[in-house]
Amino acid sequence: MASSISKRNRRNLILSEITLIIISLIIMAPVLLALSMSFMKPNEVYTFPPKLFPSSLHWENYKEALQLVDLSRMLLNSAIVAFFITFGKLITGTLAGYAFANFQFKGKNLSFMLLFITLFLPAETVMILPLFLIMKQFGWINTYYALIIPFTASATNAFLMRQHFMTIPKELSDAAKIDGATSMQYFWRILLPLSKSMLGGAALINFVYAWNLYLWPLIVTMDDKMKTVQIGVKMLIDAEAANNWGTIMAGTMIALVPTLIIFFAIQNLFVKSLVSSGLKG
Amino acid sequence: MSWKSKLTPYLLLIPTFIIIIIFIYWPAAYSFKLSFYQESFFGNRSVFVGLENFIDLFTDPEYYTVVLTSFLYSFSSVFITIFIAFLISQLLVQNIPGTRLFRLFIFAPYAISPAIAGTLWSFLLTPTVGYLNYLFLELFGINTDWLTTTPYAFIAVMLATIWKMLPFDLIFYIAGLQSIPDSLLESSMIDGANLWQRMWKIKFPLLSPITFYLFIMNFTTTMFASFGIIDIMTKGGPLGTTTTMIYKLYLDAFAFQNNGSAAAQSIIMFAIMGIITVIYFKGVEKSVHYQ
Repeated sequence: MASSISKRNRRNLILSEITLIIISLIIMAPVLLALSMSFMKPNEVYTFPPKLFPSSLHWENYKEALQLVDLSRMLLNSAIVAFFITFGKLITGTLAGYAFANFQFKGKNLSFMLLFITLFLPAETVMILPLFLIMKQFGWINTYYALIIPFTASATNAFLMRQHFMTIPKELSDAAKIDGATSMQYFWRILLPLSKSMLGGAALINFVYAWNLYLWPLIVTMDDKMKTVQIGVKMLIDAEAANNWGTIMAGTMIALVPTLIIFFAIQNLFVKSLVSSGLKG
Repeated sequence: MSWKSKLTPYLLLIPTFIIIIIFIYWPAAYSFKLSFYQESFFGNRSVFVGLENFIDLFTDPEYYTVVLTSFLYSFSSVFITIFIAFLISQLLVQNIPGTRLFRLFIFAPYAISPAIAGTLWSFLLTPTVGYLNYLFLELFGINTDWLTTTPYAFIAVMLATIWKMLPFDLIFYIAGLQSIPDSLLESSMIDGANLWQRMWKIKFPLLSPITFYLFIMNFTTTMFASFGIIDIMTKGGPLGTTTTMIYKLYLDAFAFQNNGSAAAQSIIMFAIMGIITVIYFKGVEKSVHYQ
């Protein structure tokens, strides 16, 4: 009997293995096929039935994509925007999280609630019109200010950090107090170094979020020099409109690879932070 | 700063509150104001019109179609995604050789933007070079321009949405499944529950708080954040069959410069968000209560 169970187990295992291989392939197919097409010569693109692999690595598509739309400048914009949004969110988030986790003060509940409500007012979508009009009043249209500053604080980050700081034993801050450290010294020298992995995970989630923003950069930038790479891909599609999908896919790869590499490199950290932000906060 | 200073916590909160007051609270209030005004027929004067923008929307059959499209698109994408995610997550917690690699690939769409997801799926479904289009032709004899014909455009947008949303749900189901004690599943196996029964009668009910959380998160994602997919793939067409509430809001605000109506639409979307919030908290209270 024992051997029949293990035989069945083994059969199940092989079945699961095959299913997972198929599922992975299906899910990765759009990316893999796009990658493959980004290297095809124009005449290969239109063969019927479609070819799975390019006959050679035809880099011309990448050159063409970079020339057609100023993608290198847009890549730089995306990097600047994503970097500063991430940085801003980490600063505001850790400070606010620290206030909520380690201090008792008048208006704590009220300010917590005021912050909480913002979770349900998604600025980059529902409030897009008034936000745009405010940017116009500020004279910020077509500037990095408009692309970055509105997104440099969020309740999610504050709550995530609060939740994390609360798991750090109170004895540590007590000891710091006795040793005569100020509250900011404790924050910089003890609390933050203890939170490295949480900060790393939060940074990744914020970076990917910021890099992938679409609607807001679309309306707040008119000048091509200020556009992000997400908008660049849309411009490529409009410019090329079914002329050469090889070029469009090359542009797509340029926009997609940075976040994908980061994700592949540190997936574990990423997943851990995502789950703890969702299930606790 | 000393520990005793009463100012410290307020100073810590100031950066966050400056940002959210200027860029969330002010625009929200501004939305309310705008929703009561209309641009005058000539020139740039705004005229107070009371509730007229809302009345116009509620008496416009086209707006109902947009609301219906939004909900249909959201609910169907969300249900399908949650169902598929629950099934696949079972496979990913079994410690099958290579699981880490499979997870890496299966989670990848999480890092891809909605706009890029839309681009990839447009490409797969394009009549001239699309692989998926070719597959549909071979398998079912369907050869259509997916993005410009009904009802295919709606299905195409859903496909891209599900693909993009799936990893998020998977991540949470996997975390949930890993937290179910083995002893519980072992005892059910001794009681003779088969794989299918264990999955739906034991694991699924145990994970219902996660399912609930995912449902709310997915619903808001599809309602509000799926703009990129729709803008790239269909631009709301054909014949408005993929025009969701957020897409119409965008068109009215930025293509037709109809600020009053757009602001009224965002107030309606706030209200929907508010209802979701209330449902979420009622639900969380309940699930906490039963735990």
